[in-house]
Amino acid sequence: MSRSTPLREVHESLGATLTDFAGWQMPLRYGSESAEHSAVRTAAGLFDLSHMGEIHVTGPQAGEALDYALIGHLSVLEPGRARYTMIVTEDGGVLDDLIVYRLRPEEFMVVANASNYTKVAAELAERTKSYDARVEDRSDSYALIAIQGPNSTAILGKLTDADLDNLKYYAGLPGEVAGIEVMIARTGYTGEDGFELFVRPEDAVRLWNALSEAGADLGLRPCGLSARDTLRLEAGMPLYGNELTTETTPFDAGLGRVVKFDKPGDFVGRAALAERTAPGRRLVGLVARGRRVPRHGYPVTREGEVVGEVTSGAPSQTLGKPIAMAYVSADALEKGDLAVDIRGSHEPVDVVDLPFYRRNK
Amino acid sequence: MSSIPDELSYTKEHEWLAGLDDGRTVTVGVTAFAAEALGDVVFVQVPEVGATVEAGDAVGEVESTKSVSDIYAPVGGEIVETNPAVVDDPSLVNSDPYGEGWLFRIRIEGEPEDLLSAAEYATLTSGES
Repeated sequence: MSRSTPLREVHESLGATLTDFAGWQMPLRYGSESAEHSAVRTAAGLFDLSHMGEIHVTGPQAGEALDYALIGHLSVLEPGRARYTMIVTEDGGVLDDLIVYRLRPEEFMVVANASNYTKVAAELAERTKSYDARVEDRSDSYALIAIQGPNSTAILGKLTDADLDNLKYYAGLPGEVAGIEVMIARTGYTGEDGFELFVRPEDAVRLWNALSEAGADLGLRPCGLSARDTLRLEAGMPLYGNELTTETTPFDAGLGRVVKFDKPGDFVGRAALAERTAPGRRLVGLVARGRRVPRHGYPVTREGEVVGEVTSGAPSQTLGKPIAMAYVSADALEKGDLAVDIRGSHEPVDVVDLPFYRRNK
Repeated sequence: MSSIPDELSYTKEHEWLAGLDDGRTVTVGVTAFAAEALGDVVFVQVPEVGATVEAGDAVGEVESTKSVSDIYAPVGGEIVETNPAVVDDPSLVNSDPYGEGWLFRIRIEGEPEDLLSAAEYATLTSGES
Protein backbone atom coordinates (compact mmCIF):
# COMPACT_ATOMS: atom_id res chain seq x y z
CA MET A 1 0.00 0.00 0.00
CA SER A 2 1.66 3.20 -1.07
CA ARG A 3 1.48 6.47 0.82
CA SER A 4 -0.16 9.69 -0.20
CA THR A 5 1.01 13.25 0.37
CA PRO A 6 -1.32 15.85 1.91
CA LEU A 7 -1.86 17.16 -1.65
CA ARG A 8 -3.25 13.92 -3.11
CA GLU A 9 -6.80 15.24 -3.44
CA VAL A 10 -5.57 18.45 -5.06
CA HIS A 11 -3.67 16.41 -7.64
CA GLU A 12 -6.71 14.26 -8.35
CA SER A 13 -8.95 17.29 -8.78
CA LEU A 14 -6.40 18.66 -11.28
CA GLY A 15 -6.67 15.44 -13.29
CA ALA A 16 -3.17 14.19 -12.49
CA THR A 17 -1.96 10.79 -13.61
CA LEU A 18 -0.58 9.33 -10.39
CA THR A 19 2.31 6.92 -10.27
CA ASP A 20 4.01 4.93 -7.57
CA PHE A 21 7.39 6.44 -6.78
CA ALA A 22 9.48 5.05 -3.90
CA GLY A 23 6.31 3.86 -2.20
CA TRP A 24 4.39 7.11 -2.68
CA GLN A 25 1.50 7.98 -4.96
CA MET A 26 2.90 11.00 -6.79
CA PRO A 27 1.69 13.01 -9.78
CA LEU A 28 3.48 11.84 -12.94
CA ARG A 29 1.91 14.59 -15.03
CA TYR A 30 -1.25 16.68 -15.00
CA GLY A 31 -1.69 17.03 -18.75
CA SER A 32 1.12 17.34 -21.25
CA GLU A 33 4.54 16.81 -19.63
CA SER A 34 6.12 18.82 -22.47
CA ALA A 35 3.96 21.80 -21.57
CA GLU A 36 4.95 21.36 -17.92
CA HIS A 37 8.64 21.20 -18.83
CA SER A 38 8.45 24.33 -20.95
CA ALA A 39 6.44 26.21 -18.29
CA VAL A 40 9.38 25.78 -15.90
CA ARG A 41 11.90 26.94 -18.53
CA THR A 42 9.87 29.99 -19.57
CA ALA A 43 7.49 30.88 -16.70
CA ALA A 44 7.06 28.73 -13.58
CA GLY A 45 6.06 25.31 -12.34
CA LEU A 46 4.64 24.04 -9.04
CA PHE A 47 5.78 20.69 -7.66
CA ASP A 48 4.69 18.50 -4.75
CA LEU A 49 7.87 17.04 -3.25
CA SER A 50 6.34 15.93 0.04
CA HIS A 51 7.76 12.45 -0.42
CA MET A 52 11.25 13.75 0.37
CA GLY A 53 12.63 13.06 3.85
CA GLU A 54 13.65 15.61 6.49
CA ILE A 55 15.98 14.55 9.27
CA HIS A 56 16.88 16.97 12.04
CA VAL A 57 20.26 16.78 13.73
CA THR A 58 20.45 18.96 16.85
CA GLY A 59 22.83 19.57 19.72
CA PRO A 60 26.11 21.24 20.63
CA GLN A 61 28.10 18.78 18.48
CA ALA A 62 25.62 18.52 15.59
CA GLY A 63 28.09 20.06 13.13
CA GLU A 64 31.00 17.83 14.14
CA ALA A 65 28.71 14.79 14.07
CA LEU A 66 27.70 15.56 10.47
CA ASP A 67 31.34 16.19 9.51
CA TYR A 68 32.03 12.60 10.57
CA ALA A 69 28.87 11.07 9.09
CA LEU A 70 28.90 12.85 5.70
CA ILE A 71 31.52 13.72 3.08
CA GLY A 72 30.93 17.48 3.37
CA HIS A 73 32.24 20.05 5.84
CA LEU A 74 29.02 21.03 7.56
CA SER A 75 30.33 22.47 10.84
CA VAL A 76 31.55 25.55 8.97
CA LEU A 77 28.19 26.17 7.30
CA GLU A 78 26.65 29.44 8.40
CA PRO A 79 23.14 29.38 9.85
CA GLY A 80 20.69 30.10 7.04
CA ARG A 81 22.86 28.45 4.41
CA ALA A 82 22.66 25.04 2.72
CA ARG A 83 25.05 22.59 1.07
CA TYR A 84 24.75 19.76 -1.41
CA THR A 85 26.50 16.72 0.06
CA MET A 86 26.36 12.92 0.27
CA ILE A 87 26.44 10.06 2.69
CA VAL A 88 28.68 7.20 1.58
CA THR A 89 29.48 3.69 2.80
CA GLU A 90 32.82 2.72 4.37
CA ASP A 91 34.02 1.77 0.88
CA GLY A 92 32.93 5.08 -0.65
CA GLY A 93 29.73 4.01 -2.42
CA VAL A 94 26.94 6.61 -2.38
CA LEU A 95 24.09 5.84 0.05
CA ASP A 96 22.26 9.05 -0.82
CA ASP A 97 22.76 12.57 -2.03
CA LEU A 98 21.52 15.22 0.38
CA ILE A 99 20.90 18.89 0.94
CA VAL A 100 21.84 19.97 4.45
CA TYR A 101 20.44 23.24 5.84
CA ARG A 102 21.82 24.84 8.97
CA LEU A 103 18.65 26.19 10.51
CA ARG A 104 20.28 27.45 13.72
CA PRO A 105 23.78 27.15 15.20
CA GLU A 106 22.82 23.87 16.87
CA GLU A 107 20.22 22.59 14.42
CA PHE A 108 20.65 21.10 10.96
CA MET A 109 18.04 19.69 8.60
CA VAL A 110 19.16 16.91 6.27
CA VAL A 111 16.92 16.50 3.23
CA ALA A 112 17.14 12.99 1.78
CA ASN A 113 15.52 11.17 -1.12
CA ALA A 114 12.19 9.42 -0.60
CA SER A 115 13.64 6.00 -1.33
CA ASN A 116 16.48 6.46 1.17
CA TYR A 117 15.52 8.63 4.11
CA THR A 118 14.64 5.86 6.56
CA LYS A 119 18.00 4.24 5.88
CA VAL A 120 19.79 7.61 6.07
CA ALA A 121 18.18 8.47 9.42
CA ALA A 122 19.22 5.10 10.88
CA GLU A 123 22.74 5.46 9.50
CA LEU A 124 23.07 9.01 10.87
CA ALA A 125 21.90 7.89 14.31
CA GLU A 126 24.46 5.08 14.31
CA ARG A 127 27.34 7.23 13.08
CA THR A 128 26.72 10.11 15.49
CA LYS A 129 25.99 8.23 18.72
CA SER A 130 29.31 9.17 20.36
CA TYR A 131 28.59 12.88 19.72
CA ASP A 132 26.46 15.24 21.74
CA ALA A 133 23.84 15.37 18.99
CA ARG A 134 20.37 13.98 18.43
CA VAL A 135 19.02 12.58 15.16
CA GLU A 136 15.30 12.70 14.54
CA ASP A 137 13.44 11.66 11.39
CA ARG A 138 10.83 14.42 11.06
CA SER A 139 9.69 13.60 7.53
CA ASP A 140 6.08 13.24 8.67
CA SER A 141 6.15 16.80 10.04
CA TYR A 142 6.74 18.37 6.63
CA ALA A 143 5.13 18.74 3.27
CA LEU A 144 7.42 20.21 0.59
CA ILE A 145 6.26 22.38 -2.30
CA ALA A 146 8.66 23.72 -4.91
CA ILE A 147 8.08 26.65 -7.24
CA GLN A 148 10.62 26.75 -10.03
CA GLY A 149 11.23 28.90 -13.08
CA PRO A 150 12.03 32.48 -14.05
CA ASN A 151 8.71 33.82 -12.72
CA SER A 152 8.94 32.14 -9.33
CA THR A 153 10.33 35.18 -7.49
CA ALA A 154 7.55 37.37 -8.85
CA ILE A 155 4.88 34.85 -7.85
CA LEU A 156 6.24 34.11 -4.39
CA GLY A 157 6.87 37.82 -3.85
CA LYS A 158 3.12 38.47 -4.08
CA LEU A 159 2.56 36.32 -1.02
CA THR A 160 5.43 37.14 1.33
CA ASP A 161 7.36 40.00 2.90
CA ALA A 162 10.46 37.83 3.09
CA ASP A 163 13.52 39.39 1.46
CA LEU A 164 13.65 37.12 -1.58
CA ASP A 165 16.04 39.36 -3.51
CA ASN A 166 18.72 38.85 -0.87
CA LEU A 167 18.03 35.14 -0.41
CA LYS A 168 20.98 33.51 -2.12
CA TYR A 169 21.09 30.23 -4.00
CA TYR A 170 21.48 27.46 -1.42
CA ALA A 171 20.18 29.59 1.44
CA GLY A 172 17.03 29.28 3.52
CA LEU A 173 15.08 31.44 5.92
CA PRO A 174 11.95 31.07 8.02
CA GLY A 175 9.08 33.22 6.81
CA GLU A 176 5.40 33.53 6.10
CA VAL A 177 3.84 32.85 2.72
CA ALA A 178 0.15 33.71 2.40
CA GLY A 179 0.09 33.90 6.21
CA ILE A 180 1.43 30.36 6.50
CA GLU A 181 4.61 29.61 8.42
CA VAL A 182 7.22 28.06 6.10
CA MET A 183 10.94 27.61 5.63
CA ILE A 184 11.81 29.24 2.30
CA ALA A 185 14.85 27.73 0.60
CA ARG A 186 16.35 28.89 -2.68
CA THR A 187 17.10 25.45 -4.01
CA GLY A 188 15.80 23.23 -6.75
CA TYR A 189 16.29 20.39 -9.15
CA THR A 190 15.34 21.92 -12.49
CA GLY A 191 18.24 24.14 -13.59
CA GLU A 192 16.09 27.22 -13.04
CA ASP A 193 15.86 29.79 -10.28
CA GLY A 194 13.27 28.84 -7.71
CA PHE A 195 12.27 28.00 -4.19
CA GLU A 196 11.43 25.02 -2.05
CA LEU A 197 8.93 25.63 0.73
CA PHE A 198 8.93 23.37 3.78
CA VAL A 199 5.51 23.55 5.39
CA ARG A 200 3.42 21.72 7.97
CA PRO A 201 1.34 18.99 6.30
CA GLU A 202 -1.93 20.53 7.49
CA ASP A 203 -1.06 23.81 5.72
CA ALA A 204 0.05 22.24 2.44
CA VAL A 205 -3.24 22.52 0.55
CA ARG A 206 -3.70 26.16 1.56
CA LEU A 207 -0.14 26.99 0.48
CA TRP A 208 -0.51 25.15 -2.86
CA ASN A 209 -3.78 26.95 -3.61
CA ALA A 210 -2.36 30.36 -2.69
CA LEU A 211 0.63 29.81 -4.98
CA SER A 212 -1.60 28.55 -7.81
CA GLU A 213 -3.75 31.65 -7.59
CA ALA A 214 -0.79 34.02 -7.36
CA GLY A 215 0.79 32.37 -10.39
CA ALA A 216 -2.31 32.15 -12.56
CA ASP A 217 -1.46 35.25 -14.59
CA LEU A 218 2.28 34.43 -14.69
CA GLY A 219 2.15 31.12 -16.50
CA LEU A 220 2.45 28.89 -13.42
CA ARG A 221 1.55 25.26 -14.05
CA PRO A 222 1.46 22.25 -11.74
CA CYS A 223 4.20 19.86 -12.80
CA GLY A 224 4.67 16.15 -12.24
CA LEU A 225 7.62 13.85 -11.79
CA SER A 226 7.95 13.32 -15.53
CA ALA A 227 8.77 16.99 -16.15
CA ARG A 228 10.94 17.07 -13.03
CA ASP A 229 13.00 14.23 -14.46
CA THR A 230 13.53 15.79 -17.91
CA LEU A 231 14.32 19.18 -16.32
CA ARG A 232 16.96 17.77 -13.99
CA LEU A 233 18.42 15.66 -16.80
CA GLU A 234 18.85 18.72 -19.04
CA ALA A 235 20.46 20.46 -16.06
CA GLY A 236 22.89 17.53 -15.69
CA MET A 237 21.79 16.79 -12.13
CA PRO A 238 22.19 13.21 -10.87
CA LEU A 239 19.24 11.10 -9.73
CA TYR A 240 19.74 8.62 -6.93
CA GLY A 241 19.15 5.11 -8.27
CA ASN A 242 20.31 6.15 -11.77
CA GLU A 243 23.58 8.10 -11.72
CA LEU A 244 24.20 7.49 -8.01
CA THR A 245 24.10 4.09 -6.31
CA THR A 246 26.17 2.27 -3.70
CA GLU A 247 28.19 0.98 -6.68
CA THR A 248 29.31 4.49 -7.60
CA THR A 249 31.51 7.00 -5.80
CA PRO A 250 31.21 10.78 -5.96
CA PHE A 251 34.33 10.73 -8.16
CA ASP A 252 32.71 8.37 -10.67
CA ALA A 253 29.81 10.82 -10.93
CA GLY A 254 32.12 13.80 -11.54
CA LEU A 255 31.23 15.17 -8.10
CA GLY A 256 34.63 14.81 -6.44
CA ARG A 257 34.41 18.45 -5.41
CA VAL A 258 31.82 17.56 -2.75
CA VAL A 259 34.31 15.27 -0.96
CA LYS A 260 36.00 17.54 1.59
CA PHE A 261 39.29 15.78 2.30
CA ASP A 262 40.64 19.00 3.83
CA LYS A 263 38.15 19.03 6.72
CA PRO A 264 39.57 18.06 10.12
CA GLY A 265 39.17 14.54 11.51
CA ASP A 266 38.08 11.29 10.00
CA PHE A 267 34.80 10.72 8.18
CA VAL A 268 33.02 7.59 7.06
CA GLY A 269 34.44 6.62 3.67
CA ARG A 270 37.53 8.85 3.82
CA ALA A 271 40.15 6.13 3.45
CA ALA A 272 38.32 4.33 0.64
CA LEU A 273 37.56 7.53 -1.28
CA ALA A 274 41.18 8.65 -1.08
CA GLU A 275 42.02 5.52 -3.09
CA ARG A 276 39.23 6.03 -5.62
CA THR A 277 39.80 9.58 -6.90
CA ALA A 278 40.76 8.51 -10.43
CA PRO A 279 38.10 6.05 -11.58
CA GLY A 280 38.40 4.19 -14.88
CA ARG A 281 35.04 5.47 -16.03
CA ARG A 282 33.31 8.81 -16.20
CA LEU A 283 29.79 10.12 -16.14
CA VAL A 284 29.26 11.97 -19.43
CA GLY A 285 26.50 13.57 -21.43
CA LEU A 286 25.42 11.95 -24.69
CA VAL A 287 23.41 13.52 -27.48
CA ALA A 288 21.85 11.10 -29.98
CA ARG A 289 22.18 11.90 -33.66
CA GLY A 290 18.95 10.10 -34.48
CA ARG A 291 15.51 10.36 -32.96
CA ARG A 292 15.42 7.18 -30.91
CA VAL A 293 15.99 7.69 -27.20
CA PRO A 294 18.79 6.06 -25.18
CA ARG A 295 17.27 4.97 -21.87
CA HIS A 296 18.34 3.80 -18.40
CA GLY A 297 20.25 0.54 -18.59
CA TYR A 298 21.00 0.55 -22.35
CA PRO A 299 24.61 -0.41 -23.21
CA VAL A 300 27.01 2.19 -24.59
CA THR A 301 29.11 0.62 -27.34
CA ARG A 302 32.17 1.30 -29.44
CA GLU A 303 32.78 -0.81 -32.54
CA GLY A 304 30.24 -3.28 -31.22
CA GLU A 305 31.91 -3.69 -27.80
CA VAL A 306 30.13 -2.61 -24.62
CA VAL A 307 32.08 0.28 -23.07
CA GLY A 308 29.50 1.74 -20.68
CA GLU A 309 25.88 2.06 -19.66
CA VAL A 310 23.19 4.72 -19.92
CA THR A 311 21.96 5.88 -16.50
CA SER A 312 19.20 8.29 -17.63
CA GLY A 313 17.85 9.29 -21.01
CA ALA A 314 14.96 11.28 -22.43
CA PRO A 315 13.96 13.39 -25.39
CA SER A 316 15.23 16.91 -24.65
CA GLN A 317 12.77 19.59 -25.49
CA THR A 318 15.33 22.35 -25.13
CA LEU A 319 17.84 20.70 -27.49
CA GLY A 320 15.26 19.06 -29.73
CA LYS A 321 17.21 15.79 -29.57
CA PRO A 322 17.40 12.75 -27.31
CA ILE A 323 19.93 13.19 -24.49
CA ALA A 324 21.36 10.84 -21.90
CA MET A 325 23.83 10.53 -19.08
CA ALA A 326 26.03 7.45 -19.10
CA TYR A 327 29.02 5.89 -17.41
CA VAL A 328 31.65 5.25 -20.09
CA SER A 329 35.17 3.85 -19.74
CA ALA A 330 37.85 6.54 -19.88
CA ASP A 331 39.60 4.56 -22.57
CA ALA A 332 36.59 4.54 -24.91
CA LEU A 333 35.96 8.23 -24.25
CA GLU A 334 39.45 9.02 -25.49
CA LYS A 335 38.87 7.11 -28.72
CA GLY A 336 35.37 8.47 -29.36
CA ASP A 337 32.99 7.09 -31.97
CA LEU A 338 30.38 5.88 -29.46
CA ALA A 339 26.93 4.43 -29.95
CA VAL A 340 24.06 3.29 -27.75
CA ASP A 341 22.51 -0.11 -28.27
CA ILE A 342 18.86 0.85 -28.55
CA ARG A 343 17.01 -2.45 -28.52
CA GLY A 344 19.46 -4.12 -30.85
CA SER A 345 20.47 -1.30 -33.16
CA HIS A 346 23.62 0.71 -32.45
CA GLU A 347 22.65 4.37 -32.76
CA PRO A 348 25.51 6.91 -32.93
CA VAL A 349 25.84 9.46 -30.13
CA ASP A 350 28.11 12.44 -29.45
CA VAL A 351 29.75 13.05 -26.08
CA VAL A 352 29.08 16.53 -24.68
CA ASP A 353 29.98 18.42 -21.52
CA LEU A 354 27.37 18.48 -18.77
CA PRO A 355 25.02 20.18 -18.22
CA PHE A 356 23.05 20.05 -21.45
CA TYR A 357 21.24 23.20 -20.45
CA ARG A 358 22.35 26.25 -18.46
CA ARG A 359 20.00 29.12 -17.80
CA ASN A 360 20.95 32.69 -18.68
CA LYS A 361 21.55 34.52 -15.42
CA MET B 1 -12.34 7.85 -19.42
CA SER B 2 -10.75 7.95 -22.85
CA SER B 3 -12.85 7.64 -25.99
CA ILE B 4 -13.45 4.29 -27.71
CA PRO B 5 -15.33 4.81 -30.98
CA ASP B 6 -17.98 2.12 -31.60
CA GLU B 7 -17.23 1.63 -35.29
CA LEU B 8 -13.62 0.49 -34.76
CA SER B 9 -12.12 -2.87 -33.83
CA TYR B 10 -9.41 -3.18 -31.17
CA THR B 11 -6.57 -5.38 -29.99
CA LYS B 12 -5.30 -6.28 -26.55
CA GLU B 13 -2.14 -4.32 -27.45
CA HIS B 14 -4.20 -1.12 -27.49
CA GLU B 15 -4.36 -0.64 -31.23
CA TRP B 16 -7.42 0.15 -33.31
CA LEU B 17 -8.40 -1.00 -36.81
CA ALA B 18 -10.69 0.83 -39.19
CA GLY B 19 -12.22 -0.31 -42.46
CA LEU B 20 -12.65 -3.99 -41.68
CA ASP B 21 -16.23 -3.86 -42.92
CA ASP B 22 -15.45 -2.21 -46.24
CA GLY B 23 -12.79 -4.39 -47.66
CA ARG B 24 -9.42 -5.93 -47.30
CA THR B 25 -7.35 -2.87 -46.42
CA VAL B 26 -7.46 -1.65 -42.83
CA THR B 27 -6.04 1.42 -41.14
CA VAL B 28 -4.21 0.93 -37.84
CA GLY B 29 -3.40 3.29 -34.98
CA VAL B 30 -3.02 3.32 -31.21
CA THR B 31 -5.98 3.99 -28.95
CA ALA B 32 -6.62 7.12 -26.90
CA PHE B 33 -6.16 4.97 -23.80
CA ALA B 34 -2.67 3.98 -24.96
CA ALA B 35 -1.80 7.52 -25.99
CA GLU B 36 -2.78 8.81 -22.56
CA ALA B 37 -0.79 6.10 -20.82
CA LEU B 38 2.28 6.92 -22.92
CA GLY B 39 2.17 10.66 -22.36
CA ASP B 40 3.57 13.04 -24.96
CA VAL B 41 4.67 10.98 -27.94
CA VAL B 42 7.98 12.23 -29.35
CA PHE B 43 8.94 9.60 -31.92
CA VAL B 44 7.04 7.20 -34.15
CA GLN B 45 8.66 4.52 -36.26
CA VAL B 46 6.34 3.01 -38.87
CA PRO B 47 6.95 -0.15 -40.90
CA GLU B 48 8.31 -0.19 -44.47
CA VAL B 49 5.73 0.00 -47.22
CA GLY B 50 5.71 -3.33 -49.06
CA ALA B 51 6.73 -5.37 -46.02
CA THR B 52 4.82 -8.59 -45.44
CA VAL B 53 3.94 -9.08 -41.79
CA GLU B 54 2.23 -11.66 -39.64
CA ALA B 55 -0.26 -10.90 -36.91
CA GLY B 56 1.64 -10.13 -33.71
CA ASP B 57 4.89 -9.04 -35.41
CA ALA B 58 6.54 -5.97 -33.90
CA VAL B 59 6.48 -3.56 -36.86
CA GLY B 60 7.27 -0.19 -35.29
CA GLU B 61 7.70 1.88 -32.15
CA VAL B 62 5.96 4.65 -30.33
CA GLU B 63 8.24 6.55 -27.98
CA SER B 64 7.21 9.07 -25.35
CA THR B 65 9.10 11.10 -22.78
CA LYS B 66 9.00 8.29 -20.25
CA SER B 67 8.70 5.07 -22.23
CA VAL B 68 8.77 3.21 -25.49
CA SER B 69 6.25 0.68 -26.81
CA ASP B 70 6.31 -1.66 -29.75
CA ILE B 71 3.63 -1.41 -32.40
CA TYR B 72 2.33 -4.80 -33.47
CA ALA B 73 0.71 -5.89 -36.71
CA PRO B 74 -2.87 -6.60 -35.57
CA VAL B 75 -3.47 -8.79 -38.61
CA GLY B 76 -1.25 -10.46 -41.19
CA GLY B 77 -0.77 -8.96 -44.65
CA GLU B 78 1.16 -6.40 -46.64
CA ILE B 79 1.92 -2.87 -45.46
CA VAL B 80 0.53 -0.68 -48.26
CA GLU B 81 0.77 2.81 -46.81
CA THR B 82 2.21 4.64 -43.81
CA ASN B 83 1.36 8.06 -42.40
CA PRO B 84 4.17 10.56 -43.11
CA ALA B 85 2.37 13.24 -41.07
CA VAL B 86 2.64 11.28 -37.82
CA VAL B 87 6.35 10.63 -38.42
CA ASP B 88 6.90 14.38 -38.86
CA ASP B 89 4.66 15.30 -35.95
CA PRO B 90 4.39 12.45 -33.44
CA SER B 91 2.15 14.55 -31.17
CA LEU B 92 -0.71 13.68 -33.57
CA VAL B 93 -0.89 10.36 -31.69
CA ASN B 94 -1.92 12.34 -28.60
CA SER B 95 -4.04 15.02 -30.23
CA ASP B 96 -5.99 12.84 -32.68
CA PRO B 97 -5.26 9.14 -32.10
CA TYR B 98 -8.22 7.91 -34.18
CA GLY B 99 -7.78 10.42 -37.01
CA GLU B 100 -4.64 12.30 -38.09
CA GLY B 101 -2.58 10.10 -35.78
CA TRP B 102 -3.13 6.88 -37.77
CA LEU B 103 0.03 4.85 -38.32
CA PHE B 104 -0.21 2.48 -41.30
CA ARG B 105 -2.51 0.53 -43.63
CA ILE B 106 -2.39 -3.22 -44.17
CA ARG B 107 -3.87 -5.27 -47.00
CA ILE B 108 -5.15 -8.26 -45.06
CA GLU B 109 -4.32 -11.82 -45.93
CA GLY B 110 -6.41 -14.47 -44.24
CA GLU B 111 -8.96 -13.86 -41.55
CA PRO B 112 -8.33 -11.47 -38.63
CA GLU B 113 -8.37 -13.18 -35.24
CA ASP B 114 -8.67 -12.13 -31.63
CA LEU B 115 -10.02 -8.66 -32.34
CA LEU B 116 -12.15 -6.90 -29.75
CA SER B 117 -15.31 -4.86 -30.16
CA ALA B 118 -15.51 -1.38 -28.65
CA ALA B 119 -17.47 -2.80 -25.71
CA GLU B 120 -14.92 -5.54 -25.13
CA TYR B 121 -12.05 -3.08 -25.33
CA ALA B 122 -13.83 -0.80 -22.85
CA THR B 123 -14.03 -3.73 -20.42
CA LEU B 124 -10.35 -4.53 -20.95
CA THR B 125 -9.21 -1.00 -20.23
CA SER B 126 -11.57 -0.25 -17.36
CA GLY B 127 -9.44 -2.44 -15.10
CA GLU B 128 -6.16 -0.86 -16.16
CA SER B 129 -6.70 2.84 -15.73
